[in-house]
Amino acid sequence: MSLALFLEQVLNGLQFGIMLFVMAAGLTLVFGVMGLINLAHGSLYMVGAFACAGVATATGSFWLGLAASLVAAAIAGVIVEIVVIRRLYARDHLDQVLATFALILMFSEGTRYLFGSFPLYLDTPEILSGPVTFFGGFQYPSYRLAIIVVGFAVAAGLFWLISATRLGIRIRAGESDREMITALGVDIGKLYTVVFALGAALAGFAGALVGAIQSVQIGMGEPVLILAFVVIVIGGIGSIPGALVAAILVGLTDTLGRTLLPLAFGTFMDPSSATSTGSALASMLIYILMAVVLVFKPTGLFGAKT
Amino acid sequence: MKRENWVSGIFIAGGLLLVAAAWLGDEPFVITLATKVVILALAGVGLNLALGHGGLVSFGHAAYFGLGGYAMGILAYHAQSYEPLELGWLVIEGTKSMPVIWLVAMATAVLFALPIGLLSLRTSGVYFIMITLAFAQMIYYFAISWPAYGGEDGLSIYVRNSFPGLNTLDPIQFFLICAVVLAICLFLVDRLVKSRFGMALEAARQNPQRVTHLGIDPLKIKLTVFLISAAITGLAGALYADLNRFISPTMLSWQVSGEIMIFVILGGVARFAGPLAGATLFIVLEHFLGGMTEFWQFWLGLLLLVVILFARGGIIGLLAGERRHD
Repeated sequence: MSLALFLEQVLNGLQFGIMLFVMAAGLTLVFGVMGLINLAHGSLYMVGAFACAGVATATGSFWLGLAASLVAAAIAGVIVEIVVIRRLYARDHLDQVLATFALILMFSEGTRYLFGSFPLYLDTPEILSGPVTFFGGFQYPSYRLAIIVVGFAVAAGLFWLISATRLGIRIRAGESDREMITALGVDIGKLYTVVFALGAALAGFAGALVGAIQSVQIGMGEPVLILAFVVIVIGGIGSIPGALVAAILVGLTDTLGRTLLPLAFGTFMDPSSATSTGSALASMLIYILMAVVLVFKPTGLFGAKT
Repeated sequence: MKRENWVSGIFIAGGLLLVAAAWLGDEPFVITLATKVVILALAGVGLNLALGHGGLVSFGHAAYFGLGGYAMGILAYHAQSYEPLELGWLVIEGTKSMPVIWLVAMATAVLFALPIGLLSLRTSGVYFIMITLAFAQMIYYFAISWPAYGGEDGLSIYVRNSFPGLNTLDPIQFFLICAVVLAICLFLVDRLVKSRFGMALEAARQNPQRVTHLGIDPLKIKLTVFLISAAITGLAGALYADLNRFISPTMLSWQVSGEIMIFVILGGVARFAGPLAGATLFIVLEHFLGGMTEFWQFWLGLLLLVVILFARGGIIGLLAGERRHD
C-alpha cells in the first residue's frame, strides 16, 4: 500500500473520529450531568441533517442550512427535554432506554411524514468542493479536511466552555453533586435543559456536516448513535477528554481496519477469502476494542472508579 | 388466588379461544399471527428471566434470537442441499427435525452466552447494557459480512422443518407446537423463580453484598440465569426462523433487541404473563395500526412512551395492581 493511500486513510479515520466526538460529546455530557441514557440522540443528529438539507435546498446556501441545523436540533432538544426527558431523570436506566427508544420511533416516523421516504442530497459548499493538494502532490478533499478542522475547533471550544466559563463550572458542579448546587441557588432544571440543548445542537451540527458526505435519510442516526455509545463507553461515561481520545481511537481503528486487515490476511490466504475474512473481522473490530477495554477497565479509559 | 394469576389466566384463555375460533372459522392468517405472538413472547420470556428476575438489562438478546435462527437455517440448509457441514475433521449432517434443531439452537445460544456473560458481568449498570449491545453488534456485523449462508441477503429454507407425528405445514399444528413449547418454558421459568435458586437470584438482584456474605456467589447465579435466558431466546429464534422459513442478519440487529425489551416492559417486568401480553399488544398494534396508517410506528412510540411514563408495571401491572418489591 502506498504512503499516499495510507495517509488518506488516516485522515479519513480522523475525520470519522472527530465527527463521532461531536456526536458523543452531547451524549456523554447528558449522561454525566443528568445520569440519563439518551437513545434519541441519533434522532437529533437526523433532525440536524434534515434541517440543513431542507434549508440549503430552499435558499441555495449551505451555510444557512448549517445554521438551521444548530437551531432546529437545539429547539427539538429543548422540546423533548421539557415534555419527556425531564420525567426520566429519577427513573432507572431501563425506563430511560425504552422511553428514548420510543422517541426514536416517533422522530423517524415524524420525519418520514414531513420529508417522505426518499433520501435527500446535500451538496458540499462551492468553496470547499475541490481537493487540497499537499506537498508531494498528495491530494485530499477540502470538505473533509474542513470537517477535521471544525471538529477540533468544536472540541477546543467545548473544553474552554467546561473549564473556563460559569456555565461550565455549573455543569461540573452538577456532575459531582446536584443537591449541593441546588442548595447554592442554581436552577438545576434550567441547567439540565441548557445542557440537553447544547448536546442536541452538537448532534444536529454533526448530522449536517456528515450529511453532505453521505445521504440524508431516515434512520441515519442509529448507526452513528451506536458508535457514539461505543465511544463514550470506551472513554468513560461523563468524561469529555475520554470521549475525544476514544472517538479518535474508534475512527482510526475502524477506517484503518477496513483497509489494512484484508491486506494483512492477503499475505497468507488466497485473495477472495482474505477479503471476506478481513472485512468480516474489520466490521467487528471496534466492538472487540470496546469489549477489551471494558474487560480490563470496567468503567472505561477515563471513567471514575466506582 | 392472587389477582395477577386471574388476569394472566383470563388473558391466556381468551387468546386460546380466539385461536380456536379462527381455526373453526378457517382463518389461517389469524393463526399465523397468533403463532408469531407466541414465538415472540417466548423470546420475551427468555429476556424477562434475565432482565426482570435477574436485574440484568441485556440490550443484546437479539444475538441469541438470531443465533437460534441461524442454527436452524444452517442445519436445514445442509439438509436441503444434501451436503454435510464440514468443519475441518468434524462433519455435521444437516437435519430437518425440529427437536434436534431446537437442542442445537439452545446449545449455540448458550455457547455464545457463556463468554459474553462472563465478560459482561464484570461490569454493571449502563456499562452492562452497552457491552451486551456491543457483543450483539459484533455477531450482527459478522453475519452481514460473512458470505456463506447468504450474508446480508439472508437464507431461505424451502420447506418447514418436521416434527415427528405432526404436519408442521398446517398452521394450527405449528401453532400448537409453539404454544406447547411456550407453556413448558413458562412453567419451568415459574418453577425456577420460585425455587431456592430463584430466591437467591432475587436476593442477588436486590443486594449482592448480602448474598455474598450468606456464602452464595452472586456472579455464578447471575451467569446461570443469563445462560438459561439466552437458551430460551435462542429456542424462540429457531421457531421464528421456522415460521418465516427465512433467516437474515435482521434477526440479530439491535432493533430486535429493543423490540424484545418492549414486549417485556409493555407487558410488565418480572410478571408471569408479561412477555405474552406485551408481544400480543405489539403484534395487534402492528397489524391494526399498520393497516390504518403507514406511520404506525409513530403511534407505537407514543403508546410506549405513555406506558413507560404513566403505567409503570406494564399491562399486567396495570390490571393486577400489586407492585413488586425493588
